[in-house]
Amino acid sequence: MTGILAASSGIFSKAVLTSLVAGGIVAGLPLMFTALGETISERAGVLNLGLEGMMLLGAYLGFIGAYYGHSSWLGFALGAVGGMLGASLMVSLCVWLGLDQIVVGIAITLAGEGITSVLQGAEFGSTYPRLGSPSAVAIPLLDKIPVLGASVFTQPLLAYLGIAFAGALVWVFRRTNVGLNLRAAGEKPEALDAAGISVLATRSWAVLSTGALAGLGGAYLSIVAAGVFTPFMTQGQGYMAIVIAMLCRGRPLWVVVGSILFGISLSITTALQIAGINISNDLVQMLPFIAIIVSLMAFGRRSYLPPALCIPYVRGAR
Amino acid sequence: MNDQPVPQSARSEPAELAAASDQTPAVELLGIGKSFPGVVANDDISLVLRRGEVHCLLGENGAGKSTLMAILAGMQQPDSGRIRVAGEDVRISSPRAALALGIGTVYQHSTLIGALSVIENLLLGDSRALRLDVAGARQRLAEFSAILGVQVDPDTRARDLALGGQQQVEIIKALWRGSRVLILDEPTSMLTPQAVHELQSVLERLTQHGLAVVFITHKLHEAVALGDRISVLRAGRLTGAIDREQIKASTPEQLEAAIVRLMFGDALDTDEEIAELQLGVEGHRRTRQADAEVALSLEHAHARGDGSQPGIEDVSLTLHLGEVLGIAGVDGNGQRALAEVISGQRRLTHGEIRFLGAPVGSLSIAAREKLGLRYVTDDRLGEGIVGAMPVSLNLVLKRIGQAPYWRHGRIRRDAIDRDARALVERFDIRTPGIHARAATLSGGNIQKVLLARELSFDAKVVAFHKPTYGLDVRTTRTVRRMIGELRNGRAALVISTDLDELLEVSDRIAVLSRGRIVGEVENGPGAAEQVGRLMISDVSLGAAPLPEPLAGRV
Amino acid sequence: MTESLSLAAEAAGVLDAQPDRPGGGSPRSRRVNALRDAMMRSLVPVLLALVAGGVLLLVLGDNPFAFYGNIWQYGISQGSWEDSAMRAAPLLLIAVGLIVVFRANIWNLGYDGQFLLGAALITGVAPHLERLPNALSLVILFAVAMAAGGAWTIIPALLKARYQTNEIITTLMMSFIGIGVANILVKGPFQDPTVNIPQTRVIPFDHMLPPIPGTRIHAGVLVALGVALLAHYVLTRTSFGLRLHVLGANPRAAAHMGVDVRGLIVRAFLISGALVGAAAAADILGVWGYVRANWNPAYGDTVIPFVFLARLNPLAVIPFIIFFAVLSTGGDLAAAQANLSTDFLLVLVALILLFMTVIEFLGRRRDLGGSYLTPGLRAALRQPLVRRRAGAASSNEASR
Repeated sequence: MTGILAASSGIFSKAVLTSLVAGGIVAGLPLMFTALGETISERAGVLNLGLEGMMLLGAYLGFIGAYYGHSSWLGFALGAVGGMLGASLMVSLCVWLGLDQIVVGIAITLAGEGITSVLQGAEFGSTYPRLGSPSAVAIPLLDKIPVLGASVFTQPLLAYLGIAFAGALVWVFRRTNVGLNLRAAGEKPEALDAAGISVLATRSWAVLSTGALAGLGGAYLSIVAAGVFTPFMTQGQGYMAIVIAMLCRGRPLWVVVGSILFGISLSITTALQIAGINISNDLVQMLPFIAIIVSLMAFGRRSYLPPALCIPYVRGAR
Repeated sequence: MNDQPVPQSARSEPAELAAASDQTPAVELLGIGKSFPGVVANDDISLVLRRGEVHCLLGENGAGKSTLMAILAGMQQPDSGRIRVAGEDVRISSPRAALALGIGTVYQHSTLIGALSVIENLLLGDSRALRLDVAGARQRLAEFSAILGVQVDPDTRARDLALGGQQQVEIIKALWRGSRVLILDEPTSMLTPQAVHELQSVLERLTQHGLAVVFITHKLHEAVALGDRISVLRAGRLTGAIDREQIKASTPEQLEAAIVRLMFGDALDTDEEIAELQLGVEGHRRTRQADAEVALSLEHAHARGDGSQPGIEDVSLTLHLGEVLGIAGVDGNGQRALAEVISGQRRLTHGEIRFLGAPVGSLSIAAREKLGLRYVTDDRLGEGIVGAMPVSLNLVLKRIGQAPYWRHGRIRRDAIDRDARALVERFDIRTPGIHARAATLSGGNIQKVLLARELSFDAKVVAFHKPTYGLDVRTTRTVRRMIGELRNGRAALVISTDLDELLEVSDRIAVLSRGRIVGEVENGPGAAEQVGRLMISDVSLGAAPLPEPLAGRV
Repeated sequence: MTESLSLAAEAAGVLDAQPDRPGGGSPRSRRVNALRDAMMRSLVPVLLALVAGGVLLLVLGDNPFAFYGNIWQYGISQGSWEDSAMRAAPLLLIAVGLIVVFRANIWNLGYDGQFLLGAALITGVAPHLERLPNALSLVILFAVAMAAGGAWTIIPALLKARYQTNEIITTLMMSFIGIGVANILVKGPFQDPTVNIPQTRVIPFDHMLPPIPGTRIHAGVLVALGVALLAHYVLTRTSFGLRLHVLGANPRAAAHMGVDVRGLIVRAFLISGALVGAAAAADILGVWGYVRANWNPAYGDTVIPFVFLARLNPLAVIPFIIFFAVLSTGGDLAAAQANLSTDFLLVLVALILLFMTVIEFLGRRRDLGGSYLTPGLRAALRQPLVRRRAGAASSNEASR
């Protein structure tokens, strides 16, 4: 049996499948972090169109941290900070002042794209220094499984932590006051206010966490997935994360699965190359977006957005 | 002397019975004043809330009751005056502070979160701990249910509860952290007579436990039926109070006369007007002179609901020229679906709708409007007007593209302005100018804009949905008069949750329950009871007693 | 409850019928005041952004005065103004396309994909029309680009009209797909067989848009100006324009008034996409003549703030577009000179947007209304991806 498998080349060979799954995870993790962050925000009633900008800020600052600090963990931390910087604009303008979430989101994205490009040019000129691959942690025993062992169970530590975080988020949403308050802020902020809890504080923390997670996702992208920072490198992944959050109806574990699926469609080029299948890169890069439109047409009707999404909260106004 | 608020927030202690009449008042309001730009909402108001007593705040819409209540609940800050709780001066700076002082509020519009379960709603904001204490909450809920004498399922989603059940949960939530005072804002506005009866018994049990209850309403007969003490507000001032002894000593008619005097005082010119208002309270009889011609008919009409609101099923109605047909029912039983089926905003999935004999089911909103079939929506701000646009444009918004306001696709503002001025005059719309933004008008004037738009340009059949909801008394009378005027060669359909209103204006009243017409009643003596009975006929109560009419207490 | 003033209503109010404002004064002086107010609110964000941008330049080690001076030099003087004018053509057309759809509360964020598809198709179809008279081929090519842009809005339009699917996401997704398809076309069937670089065939100069006599500026600029004027008329004087306006200010009221909401949504989208396609036509047939692979000038992103600053008014947006065209043309060269990434302009645009929202907030606090955005544009995202549920309880008159 193994002989047959080993002998077969083409699309189902071990190398291809491994590449597919590994690529899916590597590409999916930035999406996952960002989408988990967006889940928190949306649950609380804030829509974050600035995710793309926050990811880029995280990607650039994260890269700088890893490059000059010689430590990917420093990079990850700095990346989270970068994302939070972008999010703080959202907090101050949208949550506190009640300004339009969509316009500020667009501004954050443009600012993120512009600033990181300018800074990259100022810092590195036209060179694009690379980072070495960060150390992967192989889970003993499990890493011997064919295909999955080399892909799923041999990833940087942050990957496992991220997935564990998703699980923790489930608990937070369901069984803690924090989760209940977030839900109330998104469904009916007047009720939260009447219960004596600050809607603004709740939403502020939510948005800042989103920023941190998006920055972390961006840092993961530049440090782990690509090993380099290029301007506009997120190529729409911030928006993908928003869609994943919407389609997965605010459930963290579904977000993990969805992110990996989209990650597979993002990274499928490499796997196809290994399989010897030559498809235009452009076509392949369109796949995730086509997948999104198709899922929106098929399942979009059943996805869920909290009623108070995008409405700034002002006490006493009706 | 027991000073325990009811029930305790310390989780392990059982509820305590407090002496029904405590010497220290639960809350004292002294000289409260509050103004907003352009209006004095509260002017030097002083009142006392005593434990074990249901204190009713009575006044028409705009009298200042809700502002006062908002101040008590911590939503607003008074400009002047003092507040004392249990004898101590306090500042109620936020809803949180109010809760900490033991003041719980049940608002008119539900603050429950529909998507959350009952237990989640109760847990919201209850503690600072990270984990939710679900088991503890379940136990407390059981205790409260016992005290109130009701049954509440902790795991039902709030939006799946009946309106009476939602209110019970809101009361429990208001008392959750241990309260001395319960504020109820217009609690009966959405209830069936049966549910009002249940509320009455809940309040009795709560006052027995020593709670001070404040009850805000604009309905005379409820104040008389439920209140131990009645304070009357008018134009921001406290015009008078009626205490327990006086209530016990007077007949219902005397009470109502006294209250009406306090509520309207010298605004009413003659005894006749007072009598008319009183009659309006009890129910009005009218004789109908119906023509044979059918103005509007629905035959076995079905329409889908949306979200949590039901649609209509197998509805058949006939409205003749020259008559006013009322549609009664508890809110949320298909009224909106019915209204929108008539206006054209919703499609019939089954059945027919005819206007003056001709089927109009496939006609667009604009086409029906042109034929003279009109709809005055209850959602004035949400769909009735475009707030950002001037009054003049709002008056012609249902005729976009039509002459004389548009010629060759081009707008003719002078024609619009000319007709707008005429309509503003005819309908007495108070506005700084015809170009003022519609949203700046008061509720009553916005309603007049809607009426001006729908009743002019050859209206033949007009459907009204909650036409006087939230309006002051003057405008309410004007609107009801206009409805009555449609009897001259035209017809009106009035969908309302206010039974008093329907009894005053309708010739016949049909009752809508769960999307079906469950019966029809000729307006006249005894109509109120019959309609009330029909409204609850759908609910399977077995051998439940009939609700007592809220005509007064002995 | 206070409703912030609809941007569209404000726009209509400033330039034609004047809504009454609190406070006295003759109608004429009120109108002058309102105009002055609007100008302040529109110019201050731009000035603030330029200042903040200057600070950023200092931090990066560049001289802001030199930079802005270069912008003037490369953007206006010595004939550069003609380049700026030509840059303004696609910007203006896209701006008008956005105005049409924003007035109806619809976020068409798919302009990049619509633009590039139009551009690619023009260069692909043009060689087949070489034997036709110039005027005819130009018209056909414009039509092709407009059809492409409009067609690319159909899926988001239908999804929104029927299922209230959030169009921000759908148009963005279609945009990415459109960019990809355009690239595939450029590298594939439309590839210029005579060169090695991935780009389309070049349209010969005499088949491009003719220049305005006496200048280098191509006629596309006149087309853009004409479209802006026409759009202004339609949006402010016709019944179609009012329907769009009502839909934008209050979609539920629009339905209540009998407006065909679904049809209007689709029509607004199609017009918007067509105008973006026209922008592509103006740019390709006026300036470039070919499309290179992976080219994306991303005009739409940079135009958005000016559309709002102009309060969604097609006439008022013209000076803003001219300003940005100069900034953009001069800025490209000034940035190259200062060894700075040209994406610095994106930062300036973002700053303008941010300052605009803050000024709006301050303005709103000062008086009732004056918001830059229609309340409905905000509400556009409120409609969930699910079929609309029963709306929240209407804002009933709060009894006092």
